[in-house]
Amino acid sequence: MPDSHAIAHEDVEAANAACTANSAGAEHPSYLRHHFNSTEQQADASNFAMWLFLLTEVMFFGGLFTAYLIYRNWYYPAFVSGSHQLNVVWGATNTLVLIFSSFTMAMAVWCAETRRRRGLVLCLALTFILGLGFLGIKAIEYSEKIEKHHVPGLHYSLSSFLDPAHDEAASVAGDNPLLLDMARKTEIYFSLYFLMTGMHALHMIIGIGILGFMIFRARAGAYTAGHVTFVENFGLYWHFIDIIWIYLFALLYLISRH
Amino acid sequence: MSGQIEHAHTIVGPRVYTTILFALLLGTALTVWASFIDLGFWNPIIALVIATTKAVLVVLFFMHVKYSTKLTKLTVCAGIFTFLILISLTLADYFSRAWGSW
Repeated sequence: MPDSHAIAHEDVEAANAACTANSAGAEHPSYLRHHFNSTEQQADASNFAMWLFLLTEVMFFGGLFTAYLIYRNWYYPAFVSGSHQLNVVWGATNTLVLIFSSFTMAMAVWCAETRRRRGLVLCLALTFILGLGFLGIKAIEYSEKIEKHHVPGLHYSLSSFLDPAHDEAASVAGDNPLLLDMARKTEIYFSLYFLMTGMHALHMIIGIGILGFMIFRARAGAYTAGHVTFVENFGLYWHFIDIIWIYLFALLYLISRH
Repeated sequence: MSGQIEHAHTIVGPRVYTTILFALLLGTALTVWASFIDLGFWNPIIALVIATTKAVLVVLFFMHVKYSTKLTKLTVCAGIFTFLILISLTLADYFSRAWGSW
């Protein structure tokens, strides 16, 4: 059984004990760590720290976005033709899936704050499913790229760009054939495409893993006894991934479409 | 119950979240539609303006920055400001170097 230093354990008993201790007039709930004056201060500090972490992520993805913009400016025809190989329908569907998952995650935070255990589990489960749905659609898109040999490397094929008349996606977009030199630069487009969407997907996979853990804990009532920091901070992370995708969708799929 | 633990903490409710959800869906429809119209130079700008509007809605409401402490607001603004300095100076350098020779 957790003693008065149960803060570190943070298990369900501790959270429940905190609740009873609180109503019995004890000084503070057991999840309040001793170096904080109040739970409010503790919540503010962890919120601040989470934002600092997210800002390092902004810089990380920002570097990739900057590289993309520079190369797009340099090799504009290659980037336009490369972009035409992406499927806007899948991209838009994934945007909707992620927006809905952000909504369910926001609702999960609300459920935790208002102590609705079943609602919280439901919202987290929906977020989990939508996250998997996103990755499923991403896998379909990746397999299309693999089939057409648009994965940078030894087996990369230039035929969609040298001979666009015989490529469905390119002819629908009305692409003109690129010179060999420029056609080769489409490999840079796809390198950045896989790097950026791959890093984004990695963040999704990590998020889905944490979601699974949270569903397990939420069922036991861990987040509906007053201590909601973990759910809140995970929400920030999940919404951040959504924002990255909003920009990826605009930059990779949309801006070269017309 | 929650009042005794979370003092000044604002709980954002389903109503706000639903409104933002619909705004984001509308933004997505708008940006896909706009991308198929040939606006030349303005296409990427419109796409980025819509994306940024969506991002700001997510940050303010889903991520609760509108209801957060001044410290959090300052942190977010300072971070984005620094990011914009880095990206704009880098791009200004690259885009103006060896003008026309690529």
